[in-house]
Amino acid sequence: MGELSRFWRESNHRYRMIAIKCGNCNEVYFPPRDVCPKCHRESIGKMQETQLSGKGEIVSYTIVHDAPPAFMRQRPYVLALIKLDEGPTITGQIVDADHGALEIGKRVRNVFRKVREDGKSGIIQYGYKFVLEE
Amino acid sequence: MITLNDVYIIGAGETKFGELWERSLRELATEAGLRAIESAGIYSKDVEVLYGSNTLGGAINAQNDIGGLISDFTGLAHNNIPAISVEASTASGGAAVREAYLGIRSGEYNVAAVGGVEKLTDLYGSEVLDLTSTLLDSEWEGFFGATPAAIAALVAQKYMKDFNVDHESLAMMSVNDHMNASKNPDAHYRNVLTVEGAVSSTMVAEPLGMMDCSPASDGAAAIILASEEYVKKNKMNGIKILASAVAQDYLALHSRKSIYRFDSTVVAARNAFKKSGLKPDDISFAEIHDSYSIYGLIELEDLGFAKKGEAKKLLPDDIKLDGRIPINPSGGLKAKGNPFGATGVGQFVEAFQQLNGKAKDRQIKSPANALLHSMAVSGSTSVVHILEGN
Repeated sequence: MGELSRFWRESNHRYRMIAIKCGNCNEVYFPPRDVCPKCHRESIGKMQETQLSGKGEIVSYTIVHDAPPAFMRQRPYVLALIKLDEGPTITGQIVDADHGALEIGKRVRNVFRKVREDGKSGIIQYGYKFVLEE
Repeated sequence: MITLNDVYIIGAGETKFGELWERSLRELATEAGLRAIESAGIYSKDVEVLYGSNTLGGAINAQNDIGGLISDFTGLAHNNIPAISVEASTASGGAAVREAYLGIRSGEYNVAAVGGVEKLTDLYGSEVLDLTSTLLDSEWEGFFGATPAAIAALVAQKYMKDFNVDHESLAMMSVNDHMNASKNPDAHYRNVLTVEGAVSSTMVAEPLGMMDCSPASDGAAAIILASEEYVKKNKMNGIKILASAVAQDYLALHSRKSIYRFDSTVVAARNAFKKSGLKPDDISFAEIHDSYSIYGLIELEDLGFAKKGEAKKLLPDDIKLDGRIPINPSGGLKAKGNPFGATGVGQFVEAFQQLNGKAKDRQIKSPANALLHSMAVSGSTSVVHILEGN
């Protein structure tokens, strides 16, 4: 499902949760962007890398039963929208959680996990997932 | 002062929607195209331009350039008229009609054909799911296990909590679609569905079950558009396109201003109403892109038929064929079916029949105006058209 470079070039963001901050309006973006959608050309040359805390809260979640091939072995898995403390909302999985404990508004933090595998002999891709905060 | 040409639909045709194992992409497209030409009472030589609509042909059927393929096998290529392929995710159909509309409105063409086709059953279901997920943001949604249904479920979970909406209300969209499709011979599913049956269906992405999700269908639909001058000269009866509008939002759900308001739909609808001079109350029926039951409710709100969070008040009676604002007389995406590139064009086929009083068992009583809404997978693009009957 793709060449190594497609995944390798995103590893800084997916492994370490490095985001981008607009130097003009201070809005933080994740996934990273090269131009601020609010400041447009005013943001050129002012988009700076910034470290996210990896902490946030659940905006919404779902338990996915019908999964694409790369996620078959993880079924059923929890996919969520997480609003990070620094501002951006992102899509990611919540793991190690009793499904009954999931609730909109609950706090989560990021963990480093295997995200997907491309068949038996394909690339294994890693990145962030989330766990409920104690 | 530049004058723009008024645009009319003069013909429409479609294939049956469904799992059409024995039919190929090109056969489906040709069948729909020829039916549209026959319905218009014109000949292929009268067509000046073709717009082909498709979404995943390159990935699923190993066939890109659908415009070229349709042009070849309908014989239009023999006349060397232009053939353009239009891809706008699952809104390709509405987008292709809009391109044809603009071509005639500008004065460049007098007669344009639009053909939409999709064949989703040429691969296994899990492979198709992999490919439909590429319609999302592949790197930041799909990479983490998001599918179109999972994204719809994220929207549903939050919407249902914030507005105190239960699964039964969502199911009423699907029930309405199936009831209407039972009267449509072209529909993928013609069985009647109950609310109890819908809410107890196999879970796809909680809280959404299989009966909240549109099926993967094969099918094709085509329409013929013509300028006012052409319609008058040939003494034809056309359905006038009063307005056409398209708008865009962020591709990924997580980047949007609201996760349960489709701003692309809000803006396209607002612009279409402004151009047509009509209000939501003037609409006799609508075909909306309810690929998931939850989207049907949200679209009723974003198109202006209900306030945010209050679509459930229209269900189930107001949206029935004899209700205040009949929704999806064709059977909608859930039951007429969802062959992506053909879906939006198929809405025009239904409207053409309804506005001409030829929808038989599912005919809405003397409809004046129709609204058609075609949308990219989770709301990134919306195309809205408003039509006026005879």
